[in-house]
Order: sequence, then C-alpha cells, then structure tokens
Amino acid sequence: MRVVSSEQSAHPVLIFWLVAGWAGFLVLPWYGIEDGFFGLEWVTDGYPFDPDYAPAIFLLADGQKPWLAPLILPLVAPLLVLGRSKSDPLFSIVLVAAGGIGFSYLIAQGFGIGIRGYSFSWLTALFGDLSDRQFGMGYGGLFVASSMLFLFTHGIAARGAVNGDVFVVGAIGCVIVIVTAFVFFPIAKMLTAAFITEDGGYSAAVFASKFFDDRLWGLGCLAGNRCGAAWNSLFLAILVGIVTTVLGLAFALVVTRSGVRFKRALRALTVLPIITPPFVIGLALILLFGLSGSVTVFIADQFDVQPTRWLYGLPGVLIAQTLAFTPIAFLVLIGVVEGVSPSMEEAAQTLRADKWQTFRTVSLPLMRPGLANAFLLGFIESMADFGNPLVLGGNFDVLSTEIFFAIVGAQYDQGRAAVLALVLLCFTLSAFYAQRAWLGRRSYTTISGKGDAGVHPLMPIRLSVPVVTVAIAWAAFTAVIYGMIVYGSFVELWGVRNTLTFKHYVTAFSVRLTENGVHWTGSAWDSFWTTIHIAVAAAPLTAAVGLITAYLLTRQTFAGKNSFEFGTMLSFAIPGTVIGVSYILAFNVPPIEITGTGIILVVSFIFRNMPVGVRAGIASMSQIDKSLDESSLTLGANSWQTFRRVILPLLRPAILAALVYSFVRAMTAISAVIFLVSAEYDMATSYIIGRVENNDYGLAIAYSTTLILVMLAAVGLLQVLVGRTEIGRRMTESRTSA
Amino acid sequence: MSISSSAAPVGFRDVTKVYGTDVLAVDNISLDIEAGKLVTLLGPSGCGKTTTLRMIAGLEMATAGTILIGDKDVTRLPATDRDVSMVFQSYALFPHMTVFENVSYGLKFSGFGKSATRDRARDGLELVGLRGYDDRLPSELSGGQQQRVAVARALVLEPQVLLFDEPLSNLDAKLRRQVREDIRAIQQDLGLTVVYVTHDQEEALAVSDEIVVMRNATIAQTGTPRELYGAPANRFVADFIGEANLVPCEIASVSDDTAEIMVDGYRYVLPARGLARGPGLLAVRPSRIVIGTPGGFDARVAKATYVGVRMEYTLEASFGSMFAVQDDVDSPLEIDQQVTVGFASTGPVLIPDD
Repeated sequence: MRVVSSEQSAHPVLIFWLVAGWAGFLVLPWYGIEDGFFGLEWVTDGYPFDPDYAPAIFLLADGQKPWLAPLILPLVAPLLVLGRSKSDPLFSIVLVAAGGIGFSYLIAQGFGIGIRGYSFSWLTALFGDLSDRQFGMGYGGLFVASSMLFLFTHGIAARGAVNGDVFVVGAIGCVIVIVTAFVFFPIAKMLTAAFITEDGGYSAAVFASKFFDDRLWGLGCLAGNRCGAAWNSLFLAILVGIVTTVLGLAFALVVTRSGVRFKRALRALTVLPIITPPFVIGLALILLFGLSGSVTVFIADQFDVQPTRWLYGLPGVLIAQTLAFTPIAFLVLIGVVEGVSPSMEEAAQTLRADKWQTFRTVSLPLMRPGLANAFLLGFIESMADFGNPLVLGGNFDVLSTEIFFAIVGAQYDQGRAAVLALVLLCFTLSAFYAQRAWLGRRSYTTISGKGDAGVHPLMPIRLSVPVVTVAIAWAAFTAVIYGMIVYGSFVELWGVRNTLTFKHYVTAFSVRLTENGVHWTGSAWDSFWTTIHIAVAAAPLTAAVGLITAYLLTRQTFAGKNSFEFGTMLSFAIPGTVIGVSYILAFNVPPIEITGTGIILVVSFIFRNMPVGVRAGIASMSQIDKSLDESSLTLGANSWQTFRRVILPLLRPAILAALVYSFVRAMTAISAVIFLVSAEYDMATSYIIGRVENNDYGLAIAYSTTLILVMLAAVGLLQVLVGRTEIGRRMTESRTSA
Repeated sequence: MSISSSAAPVGFRDVTKVYGTDVLAVDNISLDIEAGKLVTLLGPSGCGKTTTLRMIAGLEMATAGTILIGDKDVTRLPATDRDVSMVFQSYALFPHMTVFENVSYGLKFSGFGKSATRDRARDGLELVGLRGYDDRLPSELSGGQQQRVAVARALVLEPQVLLFDEPLSNLDAKLRRQVREDIRAIQQDLGLTVVYVTHDQEEALAVSDEIVVMRNATIAQTGTPRELYGAPANRFVADFIGEANLVPCEIASVSDDTAEIMVDGYRYVLPARGLARGPGLLAVRPSRIVIGTPGGFDARVAKATYVGVRMEYTLEASFGSMFAVQDDVDSPLEIDQQVTVGFASTGPVLIPDD
C-alpha cells in the first residue's frame, strides 16, 4: 500500500520557502552591497546596524525605510495555516493572497521609491516629498521575493492548478518571473527609447522617420549600389542557415552512418569552432585571404594577379559564420540523427525500400525537427552575430553592427538602435513561426517505451560519397584555420617580421613564484580568471533553466502555454548588442541595480544562451515517449522525481550540449559583453578586442589560442563528468566491433 | 510469496471528460467496479475506453463528476497520489534502467526500505517467471518478456487497482492467449481489482468477470460475458460481441413475458424482454441456426466454406443474408441448394429498440 502524500499536513517545500523568506527579512542585508556580498566585509563592518548592510527588521527597528513594514504581514500569515491540510480552502487562499500581495507590494515599492525618493511625480503629489530613498535590492530582498513567489505558486497548486503539482506550478512561476525581469523588462525599456525624442518626450513621428530610413530598407544593390542593412542581414542569415544545416547534417551522417574511420576525431574537430571567439575566425581568415594574407600573396605571385579585397563583405562574413555555426547545427543534428529509431529504418527496408529510398522517405523526414532547429539556430545566430561582421563586414552593413554603431558611434542614437532591434526581432520571430508551421503536428517520437534494438544502416552510396567528401573537405579547411591561429600566435609580427617567438605568451601569461606563493604577473590573468568564474557560474544555471523550461513546454499543459513559450524563446531572437544596451538602461537604477557587477554578466549569459538549452531539451524530449513519464507517475513518483529519475538520465546528451554550449558561449561572447564589462569585471573577449584595436595582433591571437585550449579541456572534462547514455547495448557492441 | 492484494472497488459517478472546448471523450458515465474483479472496457477505437482508464489512473482529470477508489474521492488527485498502477500498451519500460531497476522503481517512492524493495522486486519478477533477468536492459528482452516486466513493475506496488491498456496488442497471436491466461491467473490468485482495456471482443470474453461495452463516449451495456453474449441490450452490442445475424421479425403476440414471433412465415417462441406487439429485431448467433427445420423459412445456400472443425454457410433469405455454422462436416450442403431454416430452442433474443 502506498502512503498517499497529499494526506500529509507538513509541506517540506513550503517550510523551506518560509524559512528562506524569514531569513531574508531577519538576517540577510536587505540592500545590495557595493563591495560585493561574497566579499563578506560587511559582516565585520557594522552589520547588522549599519543601514547599508542591515536586514529589513533592523532598518525598521531603527525607524528607517518604513515602507518595508507591510512585508511582515505576508510572512506571518502562512505560519497560521501551516497545520492545515492541503485541500483546506483556507490554506490555499491564505497562501495565494500572502504570496501575491507580498510579491506585488515588493515590486511596487521597488519601482516607486528610488535613489531620489519617489520615482514618479504623481507619488510625490499624493504623499508629499519623501526625504528617504533606497538603492537596489540585495540578497535580503531577493530571498523575500523568492519566498513570496513560491508561497503564491504553492497556493495556486493547492487550489488544483496543473493537478495540484507543486513542482510544476513553482517552475512555471519561477520561469515567468525571471524571464519577465531579465527579458521583457529590459526590452520594454529599450523599445520605449524608439519613441523618445531628443528633448525627452514621446513621438510616433520620430519612430516612423527612423523606421523608413533608406539605410535600413534600400534596395540599391539590385542596381549595383549598397542595399539596406535589413536586406543584407536577411539574405546573409538565410544563406548561413541553409549552409550550416547542410554541413551539420553531413557531419552527423558521417559520424553515425558511414564506415569512415577517425569518426571520433571528426566529432572533436567539429566542436573546435564553437570554442572560438568568433572574431578569431575572422582574424584567421584575414591572415589567409586578406590583402596581405598567405593565400592571397601566394596566388598573386604564382598567377601574377592583383590581390583584391573580396574577403571583406558578404563572402568573408558568410565563410566566417559558416565556420562558427556549423558545429551548432552538428550538435543539434547528431542527437536527432542518432535518435531516429533503427527499427523504423529496418522496417522501411523490409518494406522493399532500398537504402536511398529508406533515407529519403523515413530517415530524413524523421530528422525534420532537427533540421528545422538547425536552420533556425543558424539563421538567428547569423542575424545576431556581431564579431564577424565587425571584423570582415567592410561595406556590407548588417543590423547587429548597425545597432552597435548607432549607440557607440558619434551618432549616439538610442532610438535608431531600438528601431533596428525591432526589425531584427520581426525577422527572427518570423523564422520561428515558419519553422513551426513546417513541422506541423506530426509525432516524431522514436524512442518508445520498448527498449530499441537494431543498428543504423549505412548511408546509400550515392549519398555517402558527396557527404563524406564535403565533410572531410570542410574539416580540412577548419583544421587549416586553426593551424593559422596557433601558428599566428608564435609569429612576431605577421607579414612584417615572420620570426617565431614566445613573446606574446610571456606578456600575457607570465607567472612569478615568490615566497608568498604564485604571483600572476601576466597582463591577461585578470580578465582570464574573471571569465572563468563567470562562465562556470553561468553554465549550470543556463542548462538548468533551459531544460526545466523545455520540460514544461513538452510535458505539461497549462493555461497560457503559448505565451509562455513565446516569452522563453524571445531572448533567442534578441541580438547581444541589444541585450547589452537594454541591460544598461534597465539595471542601472533600482530596484535591480546590477550594472558593473559580475551578476549582470552571468544574468546576460543565462538569458542569451537559455534558448539553446530549451531547443536541445525540446528536440530530445520530443523523442522520449510520454508513456514513460506516465508510467513513472502511476508508479508513485511525483513530477519532480519523474523529471530527475526518468527524463534527466535520458537527456544526458542534451544536458551535455547545454552545459558545454553555455560555458563556451560565456567565454567567447562579445556582443553583449562589450557593453556590460567594467574595470573590475573585464572579460577575455573584450580585453582581446582592446588588443586588436591597438593593433597588438600577436597578443590577441596568443590569448585566443590559450582560451581555445582551456575550453577544449573544459569540454573534455564535462564529457567525462556527464557520461554518455547508451540505450540498447547492441548498438554499442556493433560500434566497438566495427 | 509476499505480494498480496489490497484490492478496492472503483466507482464513477456521472463522469464527463471534454478535451479542449468541445471534444466529448466521455459523456456522463456511471460505473461500479467491484473489488477483486477483472472488468474489461471494450469498444471500437475512439469510444472513450482509454480515456476512462486514464481517468482512473489520474493521467486525465475528469471535467465533471466524481471518481471513487475504495471509499475515497480521488477525482482531483493526480496519478502520483493514487494507489493505482498501470501497464502501458507500449510497456513504457525505462530504457536506461535494468529490469530490476524498472521493477523496483515504484517501490522507492512508496516508503519501502532497501532490503524490502529488493525482496519485493525479486518476488515480482519471480511471479511473472523472469527470475535471473535482473541485470538485463529492456532492449535485451523479447516483447513478451518486456510485457511481463511491465506487469511485475505494476504488481509489486500492490495497487488498489491495476490497469491494463491493451496489453496484448504488441504480442504475437500465440503469446496472446498465454499472456492473457497468465494475467487472469495472477489476478485471481491475488484477488486484484483489474481494469482492462481492449478492442478485441474475444479477449474480453475470455478474461473478464464483467465487461463494459462502450460506444460514442457512453456505456452501451454492462454485464458478465454470458449476459452480453446471450442477451445483448441493443443492436450495437449484439453485433460487436461475437457475430450475430440481425433478423427483422414480427412480434405476433406477447403473454407472460413470452413472445411469439414470425420470421417469413416461421413461427418461434422466446422471452419477450418487455417488448410489445409489432415489428421487432431478432439477434441470432450463427451456431443457433438450424438448417432443415420443418416449418422454417426458405433460404438458398450462397456460400459454403469448410474450416476443419465445422462448416460455414452464407444463406440468402427473403430479408437478406445470414451467416450460419454447422457442426456436420461430413455431408455438406451444396451451393444454390434450397433449404428451410429455423432456430435452436434457446439462443436467439429480441433486441430492444435503440
């Protein structure tokens, strides 16, 4: 006999959040601490009485910040109903009311009272001048806010939402709140900038004049002139989407369905480009094909032709982006190609389809979700890419760089940047919906509850020859590019003094041993350690948020699911430059005041990279039959236990992809980072860009090489830690014997 | 054997399930399933039987009405909190866990200690005859073995109700008979309450204590296999359970629950089932047709098929064709032969108007 858990009157989760809430109110400093919470200087520096460090209760006792007093009520109220059973209506009503009102009040006071007293003139008019003021919220505020949120969701669950599932309702509430705070709020703040006139008023005419600008929509390239940035971006993104999907599929097929040896090497090689800061590929391409590049010079000498600047513009950006994003398509497609059940293909073959027909009518259609995802990823990555167009774009204007120049250039035009961002958003969202329509409502579930046996068939000959050729050619090209990067890091001054030297590494990474221990004397160490810290903090958070969101989207039904999906995918469609600017606008002032900290970098990475985790999770989860969840539920596991014991183990490949990807992206990102770094938190990429601007190419490339090695090590380590899921031992046996 | 039963009855009170806004899957059904009985939900696809089963499991929530397990109202209780186990059509074995881990999975969440979990899982596997398969992965088992693992996984929890969703549909024909007998034997030995969904009427007749025939989201008839076969409540049930010839007839007179009917001049007496004089409909099983009855109606032999144990005939009468089986295989009738046809003394029933 099973003990039915809903009969228990103690709610461990609820008690946990109540304790957290009280801790936030009584113990933790309410406001953000300028020198950093984890510096812990505040503990000895006047805590708990110094108003800068005091918990809310001490502030109130001291007669300060009286507007925090009402928060006691929603913290006390749940204590009164703790003993009641879950089905008692009073229990849920008290929780919903306490959590909802408490959370709303917390937000309202945060926005209502800022560093100059009341933030809105009508509040001053209503209550008179406020002599007090407040800064951004700290851990105390965060704990109380979380507590309020989860009290609220607990209450909603007790009322029967989503079958009374506390975990699911809590997860939904949590994702909604963080996405609202870190995606919608900054974007809304940014977009209002599109209507702001120079003197601070709002005007639709300003928006229109910027929107219908010829630099945006001009079609001059049809007549031999320059086209608008919008057309350029669109054309480039479609090309990159198609090319990366085809190449990614080729690699995935070679690895899973060909007799080619060195598959593991190929797997590793395709991971190389994503562990590379994008502009490094641009630099390597310049070393090869630029005006004084090795290949250019060689060809000019051999055939006596004039070197041209063909690389700068569409061709260069296309090549660089393809190099950069093919591995992303590969990562998405490898899971899908492996996930196609061999028995489907075997069934087709027994139905008299030959290998080619099987591939065309069964394997390829089953890979469709993966293909669509890969295209979408390539399209959006290309749209949002900033590093490559910056280095190689030449006169080929694209939206992302235009946004950047609109803000950092002499023009400093927030409105124009906002309008450009709006156009970009429209493109990427259209891509998103086009993909949905194409996939339709077909079921692609291929991992059924029955363990799958069988072996993937090899590709048909007429497919394998071109596929293997293309994959090997591209792999070779990639190898050359990386050779150039490593080689370039040892060259004293490219094209001028071609002697080999360790000079750049010494400058960047010298270490001196003294009796006090290791002394990091190199110029790059500061930004290097910062980058590692931030990336390590961001990766698991990104993967967790992404996979939980994917779980909610594929496995649960709840009201407003479509808007929920739209919201979580939105940050995907926002290029880093826009994220950077909007974060500065939104988080420079209370209640969330985090510019100049490491937190803003971590947060930007989470929401920049979360959609990749979501995508990977959705693609994998849609291949796990729902009856597995259901049978776990009927066996008495709750939804959290099901998630942890059934879904997560089956998702190991997706988790690995999400972890690796978010770690690496955090280390290589540049577009958002360049706005968000501060003197204290400088990131490797922005440091390198700084070196490039000083024409210090040697140091920049040496630093990049080091980063690549570090990320390689990280990828290897993660692969070992997460391990590989093997479903069906026959597959493994056949692999090892082959 | 440490696995026993905690069987409980299941009750549906005016339960309705609507998907989305207007797709009616189950329409206001009421149902009582006794403890320790095997009850089959039978019907064509799309009739709502699987939805009904999933509502017992807690995988779907009723839109209206009340669901009881034991004496407890479980209508709003999610699957996790119901004491119900289910064997899925696809078995839904976790592909990343061994047989033993699959079977002990549910025990981990039910407050069993480590050694109790191990013993129970072993007992469960022993019960389904899979001793020694502990460390296999599901992919290394045959379909029938996977099925038995799924049954063991559900059984070890000693659920109040055990649910089967078309458990035999993925098995080959020979295994089917054996597995269904195994399921029935375990159910009777342990005294389990089992709800079983199938669309195969023969399977339903073979395993059930009681059959619930469903049609278009409602219950068409509930009864023991014998009742359903012998006294179908309407045309749908008569046709769906076993084969039946539906013969138009005239009820000539009714007295004391006995009716006298005329079929094309043939006179026959049977229970009236509350019907009055006038046109009626008669259901006759193929085996209850007697060829060569004196005073019977005329028919022509249209088809004759020899199937070993018996002869099968298609007869053309004035009102349409009929299907008949005869045990006499030694002197078969010829095609186009004219015969007189009547019914056995028991078997045919009048079908109430529906």
